Amino acid sequence: MILKKRVVITGLGIVAPNGVGLDAFTNAIKNGNSGIKHNPELERLQFSCQIAGTPLISEEVKRNYFSELELRNFNSTGILYGVIAGLDAWKDAGLDIENNENPDWNSGTIFGTGTSGIEKFREAIYKIDDFQTRRLGSTVVAQTMGSGISAYLGGKLGLGNQVTTNSSACTTGTESLLMGFERIQQGKAKRMLVGSTSDSGPYIWGGFDAMRVCTFKHNKSPEKGSRPMSETASGFVPGSGAGALVIEELESALARGVRIYAEILGGNVNSGGQRGGGTMTSPNSVAVQKCIMDAMADANINSTEIDVINGHLTATSKDALEIENWTKALNRKGTNFPYINSLKSMIGHGLSASGSMECVASILQIYNDFIFPTINCEDLNKEIKTLISSDRIPQQFIKKSINVIAKASFGFGDVNGCVIFKKF
Amino acid sequence: MNKEEIIEKLKPIVAPFVKNEVAFANLTDKTDFITDLNINSANLVDIVLDIEEAFEIEIDNESMEKMLNIENTIAIIQTKLEEK
Repeated sequence: MILKKRVVITGLGIVAPNGVGLDAFTNAIKNGNSGIKHNPELERLQFSCQIAGTPLISEEVKRNYFSELELRNFNSTGILYGVIAGLDAWKDAGLDIENNENPDWNSGTIFGTGTSGIEKFREAIYKIDDFQTRRLGSTVVAQTMGSGISAYLGGKLGLGNQVTTNSSACTTGTESLLMGFERIQQGKAKRMLVGSTSDSGPYIWGGFDAMRVCTFKHNKSPEKGSRPMSETASGFVPGSGAGALVIEELESALARGVRIYAEILGGNVNSGGQRGGGTMTSPNSVAVQKCIMDAMADANINSTEIDVINGHLTATSKDALEIENWTKALNRKGTNFPYINSLKSMIGHGLSASGSMECVASILQIYNDFIFPTINCEDLNKEIKTLISSDRIPQQFIKKSINVIAKASFGFGDVNGCVIFKKF
Repeated sequence: MNKEEIIEKLKPIVAPFVKNEVAFANLTDKTDFITDLNINSANLVDIVLDIEEAFEIEIDNESMEKMLNIENTIAIIQTKLEEK
């Protein structure tokens, strides 16, 4: 058996509703700052949920990442967020953006999304239906193809290894990281830019609003709207953004002499097959528990080594079930349960971007020795309180050295992903 | 519209897509969009759309295929203007 390569994280990039860039985001999550705001467009369109999490990107910032030509007829927020996060992560890893004749054969990207350029798609559809197909111009395909984000990043960075986009609903970001991790482990790449992005706006969120899975009770109190693990949780708040991580073979990182944020010990992705309790929209708990247990086995750790869990925890009725699944998979409960938190309390549910934004938040906690608070759960869910001790859910910033974090994401289609990060 | 007038009107349309500024500064009617100005071939359709708008003409697919250099482009624009 060939010894698997060790894989570490050397770069991070984040475009989140409560902070764009690592410094702003780190401060925001330490302080429990909400990025959820009233959204006038959702109100105009008579959505049930009229609040959302959208990153703020100025025109000036855009121009640091895109040329004037690229911004001509550009209308894809997902690609915008993904490119900013991705290029930031690349620079954060101490890597240059070179314009060589040959691409960098050792570096690739797996950068996920749910859909791409949905506003651009809408524009194109209106033109096509108006017999104006010939007037679409050249920009529709690159912005609306699923792999648009990885294609943009691959071109900007000159990546010569695998350049692709994965898509597995709300598991997408965690899955992209694990796919890149395995590629490096197998020796097929030295370095992978992994992460995920999600468009913002009514056309991406409308379907969820129609399913009544978003909260409609906080249109006048946006910052209180996203309430994971709260007794008064009433559905998720739609969000958007992008998270990006440069992951790298340990030897390569050491040879470059760069900062190592943390090590990826292992992980697992699986599916409940929409069998047992699983459906298109509900998780099969057996599969969720198996995913977590298999991730620990892959990482070769015991559940007692887990200090903190960064949960999926969306603020729907499923939060208690998720906690129950963690207690069973870890065989730990009550006061013996690890700390657990939910980034969604501050930024809402970033859908395909959620997993990668939460991975970035997890790594920041390991590297900077803190646990960020979960806001809006002052009235803890009663069922959750019977499973784990209340003090396991920090509602204030905690300064603490953390050795191991487990991060999980679950998505429509009954898909699961769990990754184990360790301090390096 | 004479050749010079058309070239003056073409320049700002082509400018955003140009990757070789030296060739653009020394533009002649033999200048080729792709080989001289290094314009991405996918962008030629964008240039044609902008020309249609600026000159208020419509350029059919057959004509568009020939619009690879300044000389042909001028000829096609003149033909279309005359047809108006």
